Amino acid sequence: MKAFEQAVLPHLDAAHNLARWLAGNDQDAQDVAQEACLRAFRFFGNFRGDNARAWLLAIVRNTFYTWLRKNRPPEGTLELDEEALEIADPSGTAAALHSRQGDAESVRRAVAALPVEFREIVVLREMEGFSYQEIAGLADVPIGTVMSRLARARKLLQKHLAAEFKPGGPL
Amino acid sequence: MNCLQAEPLVAAYADGELDPVHALELERHLQDCPACTRAWRELQSLKKAVGREALYFPAPAELRSNLLAELRTQTGRQPSAPFWNVRSWNWLGTAMSGATLACLALLLAVSLSRPSGRDQLAQELVSGHIRSLMANHALDVVSTDQHTVKPWFDGKLDFAPPVKDLAAQEFPLIGGRLDYLGNRAVAALVFQRHKHLINLFIWPGTETATPPAAVAPRQGYNLVHWTQAGMTCWAVSDLNEQELLEFARDFAS
Repeated sequence: MKAFEQAVLPHLDAAHNLARWLAGNDQDAQDVAQEACLRAFRFFGNFRGDNARAWLLAIVRNTFYTWLRKNRPPEGTLELDEEALEIADPSGTAAALHSRQGDAESVRRAVAALPVEFREIVVLREMEGFSYQEIAGLADVPIGTVMSRLARARKLLQKHLAAEFKPGGPL
Repeated sequence: MNCLQAEPLVAAYADGELDPVHALELERHLQDCPACTRAWRELQSLKKAVGREALYFPAPAELRSNLLAELRTQTGRQPSAPFWNVRSWNWLGTAMSGATLACLALLLAVSLSRPSGRDQLAQELVSGHIRSLMANHALDVVSTDQHTVKPWFDGKLDFAPPVKDLAAQEFPLIGGRLDYLGNRAVAALVFQRHKHLINLFIWPGTETATPPAAVAPRQGYNLVHWTQAGMTCWAVSDLNEQELLEFARDFAS
């Protein structure tokens, strides 16, 4: 119990952050994070690695997808419109980000609008600072997939932000 | 480096994932190219915007206290006597459930475990191969002459990789480059058979020689591993396994 508290509980914020971005609301996020931590506690005896945060977040992720299958119809949004990506106007993004540096809300909306498979990679990379290799291990996908999902997620974010700040208004 | 070569590398550079050799080349390109510099700046500001603290959801106090309470309850419920305690009337049942639990734990450990070292290496090798194709930059030194390629590595690596041309065996050497795998700089020799590129990664390994053997293909690429003269060698290619093994045997002989 003591070893678990010392190794794993310091990463409770990271566990909750990932759960919150995946689940999309406070209540589900707390349920998923708590369930994941209890699972982590049960399997802590098997933990041999040195990266407790990555280990815990892998469990959060698995817990979330198990919960998702039980509670929600599939999002099924990976079929992306490639053409829509191409017409993105990235030049508007920088202006948007610079002129509204304080507007975290619009960035939050843009990240929340990403398909879940992209959202988790963005959270793990930009908020948790994991390397491509670590994300590949954690999310159980090839490193090439991590790179391509990250690239497409960023294009989507730029497109969303650029559209939001155009005179025409939000998407 | 031109824009076409630079574009796919900008993200890896911004994420600190580009090997030092390519990073240096990209930096040189960015100095002269306003378009790529703008793309890089835009990516930087996006990264900054997403990574800012305001977007992070730290655990609420409620979650922390609920979790601790739940953990205390669970540990409190666990029997204080070890499960093999012979005085327990339920000895057999407990032992059985212990065995079942151990099996379950083992199963879960297998499914939860991160890729093994070897698995991770195979993944890195294939990524290295793909990167070299993607960036259209397989070569730092372009030469079919082994006497040009071998000295090129001098001073760039802390070992001297074996270099040979296999043109006679229809695997012509087309050049070499530095790559970065498993936290170390390695030599990458590039060979060709028809339209297929073969990346041969070499770094110091154990003295015992092992003959070429294929490992499970990954993302459609074949991998062959062997050691020779104290060097670990890995060939990666979209060439079929048989020809890749043939290549490996020619190189090792």
